Amino acid sequence: MALGKIEKVIGQAVPIPGDDIDTDRIIPARFLKCVTFDALGEQLFYDVRFDEDGKSLNFPIDQPQYKGANIIVSGNNFGCGSSREHAPQSIKKAGFDAVIAGSYAEIFFGNCTTLGIVCAEASDEVRASLMKAIAENPSEKMEIDVASSKVLFNGNSYDVSIKPNSKSAFLAGNYDSLADLLARMSKVKELEAGLKYSFKS
Amino acid sequence: MGKNLFNKVWEKHTVDVLPGGQTQLFIGMHLIHEVTSPQAFAMLKDLGVKVAFPERTFATVDHIIPTDDTSRPFADPLAEEMMQAIEKNTAENGITFFNPESKKQGVVHIVGPEQGLTQPGSTIACGDSHTATHGAFGAIAFGIGTSQVRDVLATQTMSIAPFKVRRIEVNGKLKPGVYAKDVILYIISKLGVNGGIGHAYEFAGDVIDTMSMEGRMTVCNMAIEGGARVGYINPDETTFAYIKGKPYAPKENWDEMVEYWKSIASDADADYDDIVKFDAADIEPQVTWGINPEQTIGISEKITNPKNDVMQEALDYTSFSGGDLMKGKKVDVVFIGSCTNGRIEDFREAAKYAKGRKVAEGVRALAVPGSFGVRDKAVAEGLDKIFIEAGFEWREPGCSMCLAMNPDKLVGREISASTSNRNFKGRQGSSTGRTLLVSPVMAVAAAVTGQISDCREVFNIGGK
Repeated sequence: MALGKIEKVIGQAVPIPGDDIDTDRIIPARFLKCVTFDALGEQLFYDVRFDEDGKSLNFPIDQPQYKGANIIVSGNNFGCGSSREHAPQSIKKAGFDAVIAGSYAEIFFGNCTTLGIVCAEASDEVRASLMKAIAENPSEKMEIDVASSKVLFNGNSYDVSIKPNSKSAFLAGNYDSLADLLARMSKVKELEAGLKYSFKS
Repeated sequence: MGKNLFNKVWEKHTVDVLPGGQTQLFIGMHLIHEVTSPQAFAMLKDLGVKVAFPERTFATVDHIIPTDDTSRPFADPLAEEMMQAIEKNTAENGITFFNPESKKQGVVHIVGPEQGLTQPGSTIACGDSHTATHGAFGAIAFGIGTSQVRDVLATQTMSIAPFKVRRIEVNGKLKPGVYAKDVILYIISKLGVNGGIGHAYEFAGDVIDTMSMEGRMTVCNMAIEGGARVGYINPDETTFAYIKGKPYAPKENWDEMVEYWKSIASDADADYDDIVKFDAADIEPQVTWGINPEQTIGISEKITNPKNDVMQEALDYTSFSGGDLMKGKKVDVVFIGSCTNGRIEDFREAAKYAKGRKVAEGVRALAVPGSFGVRDKAVAEGLDKIFIEAGFEWREPGCSMCLAMNPDKLVGREISASTSNRNFKGRQGSSTGRTLLVSPVMAVAAAVTGQISDCREVFNIGGK
């Protein structure tokens, strides 16, 4: 599974304010009735984007100035709730490559890393100034530099942090761990033989 | 310094440290269901990789299965497609599938323990965040995403970073009318929805020690609602008694396994990253008022005035106000079931108070057993008749109204008193519907009075 290295994410950003944005908000459970992830991009944030009659509520990602954005800037505890990979998959399928939030729910964070979505953490102050700067310059391109954990926007540099394990995985291009796991199958079998389990019907 | 259970089990299951610094962790038992597994099987097929240890994966169907008309094909073609996918994937890969015909089907976190598959000292993974439920047996159990389901199928291992361990003690004795559900809602209200990020929660103390396995499962089930991916309880005689005689439980090697299970419990002088203590006397029946499980208050308490944007957002959504009591809020729907409170003890306790009473007019009440095992026991004890006579709908096993991936849903602005685990916006199937999380007995109190009520007053519990 040769993956490209992820050293930078460059593109327009969209502010999605709010803390504790949960996985049901990101992709409502009714859209999980699928055997592939293919259609999930269109259903991202569906219930906060559209009213019950399907009329647009002018959610940030639907506002014309943010069309084509590939970086989300949001609040604390982003992605809390379900383990469903449908949430990061819908973010990715909708064209987003990175999220900048205060913090992340753990399972969500791991799922994003595996998919190559860069999840950077930033303080409340940094996010507030980023959101303000983005609103004032929505067409401006943002650059997230993974190695230095810096965000460059509109001539300013902002400090963010990227968890060391995910940072090294992005830079090495091994954020999908399956190849590493498969390479150690002889060790796996050795360990398995020595473990104490007893479930036979 | 001794070791805690988490560290002991983690060490035994560590295959290697991967180049990025993550642990390659062996997963002793893997549970799958229809929602998060089909994409993983498709990924394996694309890669030409086979399931490494099919005897260590067990499947059931729960999220999408209808709880009224379960005849095939299902009325919802998408549900039928998912059912066919899991039938095909398990058959092709030699994986045991607890389907409705086997009479062992049910919510995945109820089926594992019921079959005796959930055992102390195991590592257990499932593509569902409520997998921590199995931690009630002294297992390290956690939810995983679909790419990790793929990894576990392909290698029986996954890449994961170790957790810190927080011991949470609840000491003293619970008051009458206060249940395991109230304990975990109370803990989350105090430690927050993100308080447990990066942590495994070890639940302990007098209250946990004397709790039934069903209660312990309710507590561990909601660890993730406090941000903790893992919640567990050290195994003891209560644990062993529950496992003994279950279909997959050890038989001729029983004594040997029990000795092993005792050895993996936390040492008396075990080291923890931190310890938090609560007093059982401070806990009363709990009810949520907002849009995440931290937004919980005791039944005699008032919603505080909003202190942050999330609280304001919650009040805007629920149309409640700071200063309101939850007691007296009208409910439209009552749901008893889910992986949190869909076990036999929940229905026994709820039936005790539903017996001889009637669901209030205008309230739609559902009692949905978590598995065939639960349903069959309940029917044998006549509990189904009690619920039906009281005006509840008695359904077939499944996730039902916990998450609205099946026909059981709220409509419009309906308010539900629900024994499930999440009160997120839209969780129960209506993008404007409202969910109030409660214990099963509080749910019965809401059903018979038509409003959120103190179960101790309605049923004269503890002489209140």
